[in-house]
Amino acid sequence: MARDPSVIVLGEDVAGGAGANGEQDAWGGAFGVTKGLIGRFGANRVLDTPITESAFVGAAGGAAMTGLRPVVEIMFVDFLGVCFDQIFNQIAKFRYMFGGKAVTPLVLRATFGAGSGSGSQHSQALYPLFTHIPGLKVVVPSNPYDAKGLLIQAIRDDDPVIFLEHKLLYDTMGEAPDAAYTIPFGEANVVREGDDVTIIALGRMVGVAEAAAAALEKDGINCAIIDPRTTSPLDTDTILEFAEQSGRVVIVDESNPRCGMAADIAALIAEEGFDTLKAPILKVTAPHTPVPYAPQLERTYIPDAARVEAAVRKAVAHGA
Amino acid sequence: MADPIQAIRMPRWGMTMTEGTVANWLVEEGAAVASDQDMVEIETTKITNVMEAGYGGIVRRIVADPGAVVPVGALIAVLADPSVPDAEIDAFIEARKAEAQSSGGPAAPASRIVDTGLGALNVLSLGEGDGIPVVLLHGFGGDLNNWLFNQEALAAGRAVHAFDLPGHGASTLEIGAGDLAALAAMVEAGISALGISAAHLVGHSLGGAVALKLAATQPDRVVSITLIAPAGLGDRVGENYIADFLAASRRRPVADVLSRLFASPDAVTRDMIEGVQRFKQIDGVPEALAKLAGAVFPEGRQADDLRSTLSAVHAPVLLIWGDKDRILAPADGGSLGPGVQYETIAGAGHMPHMEAAAQVNRLIAAHIASAEG
Repeated sequence: MARDPSVIVLGEDVAGGAGANGEQDAWGGAFGVTKGLIGRFGANRVLDTPITESAFVGAAGGAAMTGLRPVVEIMFVDFLGVCFDQIFNQIAKFRYMFGGKAVTPLVLRATFGAGSGSGSQHSQALYPLFTHIPGLKVVVPSNPYDAKGLLIQAIRDDDPVIFLEHKLLYDTMGEAPDAAYTIPFGEANVVREGDDVTIIALGRMVGVAEAAAAALEKDGINCAIIDPRTTSPLDTDTILEFAEQSGRVVIVDESNPRCGMAADIAALIAEEGFDTLKAPILKVTAPHTPVPYAPQLERTYIPDAARVEAAVRKAVAHGA
Repeated sequence: MADPIQAIRMPRWGMTMTEGTVANWLVEEGAAVASDQDMVEIETTKITNVMEAGYGGIVRRIVADPGAVVPVGALIAVLADPSVPDAEIDAFIEARKAEAQSSGGPAAPASRIVDTGLGALNVLSLGEGDGIPVVLLHGFGGDLNNWLFNQEALAAGRAVHAFDLPGHGASTLEIGAGDLAALAAMVEAGISALGISAAHLVGHSLGGAVALKLAATQPDRVVSITLIAPAGLGDRVGENYIADFLAASRRRPVADVLSRLFASPDAVTRDMIEGVQRFKQIDGVPEALAKLAGAVFPEGRQADDLRSTLSAVHAPVLLIWGDKDRILAPADGGSLGPGVQYETIAGAGHMPHMEAAAQVNRLIAAHIASAEG
């Protein structure tokens, strides 16, 4: 925002209680992400909106087309259900339908994911829905370093970007430079190398995969972990390179299994890397159910390290 | 007289190393080792390297088995004369264990930013003592971590300061004209800011050219010079290295360009690749590197010919070159003048201080000692 005056922030409570005297910046958004911005950049660039996602997402689309770079905060990705027309039919299509003469530099930030006891309507992992739509870029960071570099890239990008932040990762500690830096989209992060099994994981599932890999290493099973970081564009080269290197693939995905990222990546590997596979591609995903509210059921719903470990052992055992 | 019992400890290779894995012992219990004998392979998340014994003696006990993960500074083996009884060895090991538990291991060193008046430079300082300090200057696209196998080894009885060159690491991206004169002036200001009047300069590649430039302009401040595969003594930069380094952004092109630095391509680790990628993603870095490259290595050539500078410097010069260097061709030793000690490292590429660290460390230590005479 300091570098480019056309960048604005809007959303519910991003400034902190619109119009209420003395309440400015009390919140900085429901998760405190934008706290401090109103003080630094003022009320013309940090806008509290009414509780109408359909209206302010549409407004942001128009603002993006006419010269601003809006960064929109949606409390929960689940709430984007009321603005599918604005996103799918308008924002995602402008550049294509206007023959490349219009750009829509818009970032839609939203929290996602299960594990906070927020119930079925506030816990989904909906990145596959947006990945499905050509014209949208979709980012799912797994750690602080990537979150910063990918967010700056998203703001500077001329296309609409859906930027999804797992709400359980906000407390993650990690080192990142003070200086601004950008991480290009469509470049997976090689989280660790290992010759036996390739684990592909996104968002919060990267940490789950790392815990599983650390446990498996004690038994002499070495896993590579690939974090695509963006689901659209998807770094198919790195996924295939590492899938082919080990020939055994486990995909860990917090979204529901039907038409999900795990299914999408599994299909890619089956089609392009079939000859190098030594075992069936295994998916570790949530079940095809809503996210349960009961804590013990919610824990069972989310893929955990034990399930990843079991899948890796199954992949290793196949044909051994 | 050396202590009758010598502790072999987990080394610290780089600022971020807190522990290492004993990958493989190259000696057995009961064997006699010389101080420069390869003793053990150590693996870190960043790199694998062989550690020399450092002392001569009999390997009385291997404390950390292969696969063991050991904190930096912890005991991994014990050397002693055969006359030392087993009970004393046992007591020595127990005492070191107790010491490790109470101290929690040595603190990790941290670099700091010094304001030079010509721009902020990042420097990592190790060691202390009355000895004349050593200043380490890395090569193009590198940073102070390139000296991870050297800095501690050279820091016996003296301070060793490793700088990030301007336009590199955590130092300023404001590099002025970006040529050797500008870089040398900023490094000299950094040396002054540390309160150092005279130092031993050790420069690799671009850092070697900077060291020579500094020695030419400030002869009183330079006690000795060690040049490792330095720039400025030839015409070209090989392997299209500069252009390809500037262009590389994704993992595989970065890995490919870094592999040209080493005789063995396996030497390039995931951490090295990630470090270069992350550095080049910072705002202003590609522009600073391109400016510097344009001034020092225009179109893959070397802009400065420092051969006459080399023969004119007063300080004793040690020149080290790997015989497998593909980036900068080894200079013709015969034409460099009588004051230059020329050492070729067999089997090393453009990074002999990493590829043959122990050998290079010994050469530098001897050179420094003889210069102090």
